[in-house]
Amino acid sequence: MTGVSAEAVVIGASAGAVEALSVILPSLPADYRLPVFVVVHVPPDVKSILAELFQAKCKIEVREAEDKEPIKGGTAYFAPADYHLLVETDKSLSLSNDEAVLYSRPSVDVLFESAADVYGPGLVAVVLTGANQDGARGLRAVADAGGRAIAQEPEGAYASAMPKAAIAKCPHARVLSLQEIAVYLQDVEKV
Amino acid sequence: MPEKIEDIEIQLLLEALYQRYHYDFRNYAQASVKRRLKQAREQMGFSSFSAIQESLLHDPAMLGRLLGYLTVQVSEMFRDPSYFRAIREKVVPHLRTYPSVKVWIAGCSSGEELYSFVILFREEGLEQRTLFYATDINQDALAKAETGIYDLDRIQLFTENHRKSGGKSSLSDYYSAAYGKASFDKSLRKRVVFSDHSLVTDAVFAEMHLVSCRNVLIYFDPVLQDRALGLFKDSLARRGFLGLGAKESLRFSDHAGSFTDCVREEKIYQKLAE
Ligand SMILES: C[S@@+](CC[C@H](N)C(=O)[O-])C[C@H]1O[C@@H](n2cnc3c(N)ncnc32)[C@H](O)[C@@H]1O
Repeated sequence: MTGVSAEAVVIGASAGAVEALSVILPSLPADYRLPVFVVVHVPPDVKSILAELFQAKCKIEVREAEDKEPIKGGTAYFAPADYHLLVETDKSLSLSNDEAVLYSRPSVDVLFESAADVYGPGLVAVVLTGANQDGARGLRAVADAGGRAIAQEPEGAYASAMPKAAIAKCPHARVLSLQEIAVYLQDVEKV
Repeated sequence: MPEKIEDIEIQLLLEALYQRYHYDFRNYAQASVKRRLKQAREQMGFSSFSAIQESLLHDPAMLGRLLGYLTVQVSEMFRDPSYFRAIREKVVPHLRTYPSVKVWIAGCSSGEELYSFVILFREEGLEQRTLFYATDINQDALAKAETGIYDLDRIQLFTENHRKSGGKSSLSDYYSAAYGKASFDKSLRKRVVFSDHSLVTDAVFAEMHLVSCRNVLIYFDPVLQDRALGLFKDSLARRGFLGLGAKESLRFSDHAGSFTDCVREEKIYQKLAE
C-alpha cells in the first residue's frame, strides 16, 4: 500500500460539502500532478454551479466532467447533476444515466468503485461530510484494491453519518481532520 | 499491469453474446457495462462472468434477462423540459413548412420520449402529417412503449415536466388512470411505427426530418458514437435536425463538420445542406 505512487484522487461529499471542499481543493498547488474526481450530491434539476464556484477559488483547474473526456492531471472534475461519473480503463471519463444508487445520482459509490478498478493501489479516496451512507461501499472497494482510504473525522464533520458509515465499512481507513486531509493530498502526490 | 481475469471474462462474455445472438456490446463504455454485469452476476446468483457465459450460450432464456441488465431503461416524459421547449420553439417552425414529416426516436426505451413528441406535435397541429419511428434494441421496452402504460406515481413528474416544456394542453387529456396505472390513449400511437433496430449493427432506414437520440450515445465508446452519428447523418434529409441528450455532443466526432448548431445549449443540431 505504501510506496506505490499515487495516480488519482476521488472525493465524495454531501451535506456540508462546499465548506469542506473549500478547505481542501484551494490548498492544492497549481502544478498538482494528480487528477481529482469529485462527487457532491446535488439536486437533479438544478444546473450545477460547483465547478464555477471552485474554479474561482482554486489554483488547479476545475471543471464539470464531460462524457468521454480524456483525464488530465492537476484538474478537478465534478460530476454533473443527475449523472453518474465513472472512470474508464483508457483513462477517460464516462457519464451515465443509470438508476440512482442509495437515492443518489451522482453516486459516490459508483465513482469510487470504477476508479478503484482502474487505479487499484494508485488511488486515494476521501469520504467527507454527509447525512447518508453513500461512499461506504466505494471506500471499501478502494481499500480492497489496495488504494489509500481516508474518512473525515466524524466529530468535526458538518454531518457525520457519511464518514461514520465509511469507517464502519472500512475500519482501516485513515481518519483525518479537513486540514490534515489537505496536507495529506499535497504530500501524497510526491510519493 | 496484466489484464485482470475478470476483464478477460467480460470480453469473452460479450463476444459470446455477439456470436450467438448478434447483440454487440463489445464497444460500449466499459465501466458502465462492468458495473451492470456485476449486478447481473450478484442478482442472478452466478459465481463468475464465465458462468453467465456458459448459461447464455446454452439457454436462450438468458438472453432477455441479460439484456435487461445491459440496457439501461431509465426515462421520463419531457425529460429536460428545456429541450422540448427548444424543439417547440426552434425546430417545429421549420417542420411546419414540410407537407409531410418523419421523426425518428432512436433508443426510445419504454416510450416516454416518444409520447412526449407525439403530444407536442399534436399541440402544434403537426401530428397528422407526421410519421414517428420509435426504435430500440430492448424488446421488452418496445413492448412497453406499445402499450403506453406507466405507474401513476410517475405522472406528477411527467405533468410538471410537460408544463415546464411549454405544454399547451393538460397531460391528463391524454391518459386514463386506473388501478395505480396511467394508460395513454391509443390515438397517440396511430402515427407511430415501432421497431427493433440497433444503432450498432443495423443500417439507415428512411429519410428523416428530425432524429432525437437521447442518453444512448453516452453508453457507447467514441468509435461507436461515431458510427451512430454517421447513421443519423445519412438518414437525415438536407437541413434535417438532430437532438442529443444533455451530456452528449458532436464535439469530439468526425461528423461535427456536417452539422451546425441549432440550439447549442440543448444539443440540437441541423444538418448542413452541402
Ligand atoms: C437511458 S435509455 C434512454 C431513453 C430515452 N431516449 C430518454 O432519453 O429518456 C437508453 C436506451 O438505449 C437503448 N439502447 C442501448 N443500446 C442501443 C443500440 N445499440 N441501439 C438502439 N438502442 C439502444 C436501451 O435499450 C435503452 O432503451
